[in-house]
Amino acid sequence: MEQVIVNGVYLGSQYAMIALGLTLIFALMNVLNFAHGQMYVIGGFVTYTFYGQFELPFVLALLMSCVTLAVLGALIEKFLFGPVIRRSAREESTMLLAAGIAFLLDALILLVFGEKQRGVPKIVDGVFNWDFRIIIPYDRVLICFLAILSIVAFITFMQFTRTGRALRAIAQDRVAAELMGVSVNRYSMIGFAFGAMLAGLVGGLLVTITGVNLGMGGPTSIKAFMMVMIGGAGVISGAILGGFILGMLEAVGLAVLSQYGDITYLAIFVALMIFLAIRPQGLMGKPWG
Amino acid sequence: MLSRADTHRLPLILGFAAFLIAVFLLVPFLISVTGRWNFYFTLTSVALLSVASAGVWLTFYIGRINIGQGAFALIGAYVSAILVTKAGVSFWVSLPAAGLFAGLVAVVIGLPILRLRGVYFAMITLVLTEVVRLSALALPITNGAKGIVSIPLPGELSLFGITIIPDFSTIENPKLAFYYTACVLMVVCFASMYRIVHSRLGQLCRSMQQNEELASSVGVNIAYLRVIVFAISSFFGGLGGAMFGAIAQSVYPSSFVVKDSIDFMLNCFLGGLGYVFGPMLGTLVLYFGWDLLFELGKYQLLVYAGTLILLILVLPNGLLSIRFGRIRGLWK
Repeated sequence: MEQVIVNGVYLGSQYAMIALGLTLIFALMNVLNFAHGQMYVIGGFVTYTFYGQFELPFVLALLMSCVTLAVLGALIEKFLFGPVIRRSAREESTMLLAAGIAFLLDALILLVFGEKQRGVPKIVDGVFNWDFRIIIPYDRVLICFLAILSIVAFITFMQFTRTGRALRAIAQDRVAAELMGVSVNRYSMIGFAFGAMLAGLVGGLLVTITGVNLGMGGPTSIKAFMMVMIGGAGVISGAILGGFILGMLEAVGLAVLSQYGDITYLAIFVALMIFLAIRPQGLMGKPWG
Repeated sequence: MLSRADTHRLPLILGFAAFLIAVFLLVPFLISVTGRWNFYFTLTSVALLSVASAGVWLTFYIGRINIGQGAFALIGAYVSAILVTKAGVSFWVSLPAAGLFAGLVAVVIGLPILRLRGVYFAMITLVLTEVVRLSALALPITNGAKGIVSIPLPGELSLFGITIIPDFSTIENPKLAFYYTACVLMVVCFASMYRIVHSRLGQLCRSMQQNEELASSVGVNIAYLRVIVFAISSFFGGLGGAMFGAIAQSVYPSSFVVKDSIDFMLNCFLGGLGYVFGPMLGTLVLYFGWDLLFELGKYQLLVYAGTLILLILVLPNGLLSIRFGRIRGLWK
């Protein structure tokens, strides 16, 4: 039982970070970022390149992942999402664009990094073992710790800095924020870059444990959508909660349902559908408006 | 003498006739002249995928973004395959049965999830595609990951002893037969779509798309309407999927996945959401575009995605908006 909870927290901390980026972009631009999983994969590959191949320090490689994705996110917002949102008669067009970008990033990953599964050497060796009740490798502990640290840093940033306040204002009401003198275009770009950066950071952290490959993007996006639906779209607390709940459900499911075959996710999906029928806006989400 | 209404309809009828001639006479003629028989398969696929995309378009018409058509296509394919292989039912009976079953599932699932809107509905339908794939893997009747293979070709269809459709396995060129069947299906489907959109139901849908609360307040039964429309949409998805399974003669859980659901949605977007025939054009362009780019090898996806993004930047309201740009204001 203790083991299941620890696994759940470990999974949840990563999931929460992925969901945070997605929900931030959604809150700011009302865009469902299909390419979020691909951004995560790119983050993983960048860290792999710098840490695994060039043998630079891990922290530096992580930093490179963040910078790459932030630049990529800013460019995507500036040249793709921004113009389309401004010109399209129907706002659903952004969804088409997001799908197109997901394909494009997949193509770029294939060309630049290839299709092989890549892994990096462990950052710390050894396994934490508490009386055979909780067994967890030290690198997972470290990654989990770093993930939680990043989440705390993110919340602090959103709550106590000028940029964070501007982003929250835009998320609350775009027009009102603009009337109060917030440069909406500039902060949209910053927000998008920030969301993409979070995806890259998780990718960089996780490459040390699960490795990275081209096919991970799509399923990661679907998981992120589920977390956002559980917690409520566009709400930070909801994303964190959704991430931890999904992580916990997955850990429990793997432990309890494994004897019936691979039906953990089927059960989670069905439960999610029933949950959304009762509470369509998710746990923390605002009702329609 | 033609009445006023008839003269108004004349261009439409002429266009329809030209389309029928092109699809049923011109294309087979051109293919037999050039000898590119593999085009039949491509065009058959386009016809069937456009039927499924038409369903997605219909849900767009009531203001819902549907990324779950892959789920209903997979359901349709499995229902038809199971009926044909395990119950020994004729394919021509299993085809409408597959559509009806998909429609029934849509009613059951639609009742709760159609309360969701916007991105929420999009996400839950995306998840639905994944649920159906996982169910197909887990259920015993669908034969798991091995799928249902070697489905017999469609048999004879006769009414009162008169053969209407001959047995496909006795025809010398089943590809052509499949092409004709798929095209008939497509024409019927789009004709009925056109009829729906220009009926009272279509007007009610347009009212829903603009503002559901307002529509409801003037007496439109929106809960009933959206379930009906979702069921019709899924009926098309089931038909397309069942026919696809019959052509491939096999169904796997991976026959229709999230990528296909997204493709159905892209087809509608690309053709233009304001036009009934948008999904057909979108499917044609996307499918052929992808096929033509095959020569580029590993750059295929890059060029495809790049072109797609460029198209969205240049024509955010769909391909058909080029010609009909002036009446765009009619339908927003």
